[in-house]
Amino acid sequence: MADHLAPAGAPHAAGEHAADGTTKRDFLILAAGGFAAVGAGAMAWPFISSMNPARDVLALSTTEAEIGAIPVGGAVTLMWRGKPVFVRHRSPDEVQAAATVDMGELRDPQADSARVKAGKAEWLVVIGVCTHLGCVPLGQKPTDPKGEFGGWFCPCHGSHYDTSGRIRKGPAPANLPVPTYAFTTDTQIKIG
Amino acid sequence: MSIGLHNSTFKNPVIRWVDSRLPIFSMMQNEYGTFPTPKNFNYFWNFGALAMINLLIMIATGIFLAMHYTPHVSMAFDSVERIMRDVNYGWLFRYVHANGASMFFIVVYVHIWRGMWYGSYKAPRELLWIIGVVIFLLMMATAFMGYVLPWGQMSFWGATVITNLFSAFPVVGDHIVTLLWGGFSVDNPTLNRFFSLHFLLPFVIFGVVFLHVAALHITGSNNPLGIDVKSPADTLPFHPYYTAKDSVGMVVYFIVFASLVFFAPNYLGHADNYIPANPMVTPAHIVPEWYFLPYYAILRAVPDKLGGVLLMFGSILVWFILPWLDTSPVRSMRFRPIAKWFLLLWGIAFGVLMYCGGKPPEGIYVVLSRVATLYYFAWFLVILPLLGRLERPLPLPESIAKPVLRGGGPLPAGAAAKPMEKA
Repeated sequence: MADHLAPAGAPHAAGEHAADGTTKRDFLILAAGGFAAVGAGAMAWPFISSMNPARDVLALSTTEAEIGAIPVGGAVTLMWRGKPVFVRHRSPDEVQAAATVDMGELRDPQADSARVKAGKAEWLVVIGVCTHLGCVPLGQKPTDPKGEFGGWFCPCHGSHYDTSGRIRKGPAPANLPVPTYAFTTDTQIKIG
Repeated sequence: MSIGLHNSTFKNPVIRWVDSRLPIFSMMQNEYGTFPTPKNFNYFWNFGALAMINLLIMIATGIFLAMHYTPHVSMAFDSVERIMRDVNYGWLFRYVHANGASMFFIVVYVHIWRGMWYGSYKAPRELLWIIGVVIFLLMMATAFMGYVLPWGQMSFWGATVITNLFSAFPVVGDHIVTLLWGGFSVDNPTLNRFFSLHFLLPFVIFGVVFLHVAALHITGSNNPLGIDVKSPADTLPFHPYYTAKDSVGMVVYFIVFASLVFFAPNYLGHADNYIPANPMVTPAHIVPEWYFLPYYAILRAVPDKLGGVLLMFGSILVWFILPWLDTSPVRSMRFRPIAKWFLLLWGIAFGVLMYCGGKPPEGIYVVLSRVATLYYFAWFLVILPLLGRLERPLPLPESIAKPVLRGGGPLPAGAAAKPMEKA
């Protein structure tokens, strides 16, 4: 487009044409355009980066909790990164039910032993956000419906989770994820 | 081309399809591509484009700052500190935005000075000039309210002093101030509305800038000779000649801007604004940002509350009638041997006011402020109207093309210059 804006006959002498029809101007446009694209990218980077979590947000990425007081069969909900984390003190029956499920029945096959810490099978720690569309499933309070598999039931679109937090029925595609956590003492955990 | 469609000259079928239905490509081509522009611009003519770029930078950084800022008296100061310490590149946005305000005023002051020196406000560009003064007033309001948002000591006391200016008006004054505050002092309601308006006004400015540019493209640009374009030989297409020349100015502008942001980001600010606002204690020495100092000096030069306020507002409102105060038909100061010295002196008076505005209101600074204020208004209201009648201007060149080819000055009749288009 630039070519026909220049005054007639000015910078575009016939001698500048190479054999294949390209001109010096083609090179200049390519070089200037490439440089402008790099510059635009360099300017866009801080803007995009500023929308990522700030340092004070990242600093809140661990949560510690004392869980010794939770009775067998009871549960508490912790907050980690603005999301609920379910900690359930499972009864031996619930552990048994979770451990003996036929893998073929599971939509997202994962052994119960892979979802708890070794020697701490009574403690289940999962992120309490339904993997369908992000609602918080019911099942933490004694009065809550726990679904057909004794774990959690999501009231939004009817997903059922078992006592290991695995998806068993309904639209959700995956198990409730297990966050990174560790037992700092026998009765204290650190999430994140 | 079917009836009802714009007759597009673009070859690319997609561009042509759009352009036939909504000729934005043709418009851009006509207004920024082939637009005939006087060929004798000097670098003063960069500053309109620089102001436009500056506005876009302020809007872009401002939108991202607003994502992290909290407009509440108990959280505003901390949220700004969080932007500085925790938000990724938050320090960069805040320093670009704060120094961008200073850059904006530098650029716009040069732009206004250009208009005064080369008589760009004269017929037929009076409305163009008036719209420009409106933009400047909007800029001042926006800058003032933006300075309040960090909720430091200078924010708070600046807001208190400036809003109290309106209390000078008899009868309605106190009611206006209460209305501005939304209470009985500068407080949370004030901060909330200032944030809302500080977000809104830049977009209003953008709209008025569009009118400014639209009016410019009706009359065409003035030029350093101040004479009308007489033939195509006097002009060049805007692109690539002035896109290239503006780019040179842009590089210099960004060097200055980056030097401030990266090496002296707080040089133009005031240290007291890093102290959280305290409604119980006024800082010992309270001054506005540098770009408001001349008007602040005028305010303090007058030993009367209402008089000072009226003169301060009047110092900018008088710009509105400048096209009619200047009675000389000659635009450019190059051809006004007397007026140019008086205008230079006015520029110095403006500088003196800026200097005195930053000093304590006592002793020599009050005297200097009064002398400079007197001359500020004398230039507009006495000297300029009289000079149009008394001054004998130098002879004007016949056209822009002739002095460009012959090294300036009027030419003897008949010595017609060769047209430029083959140059």
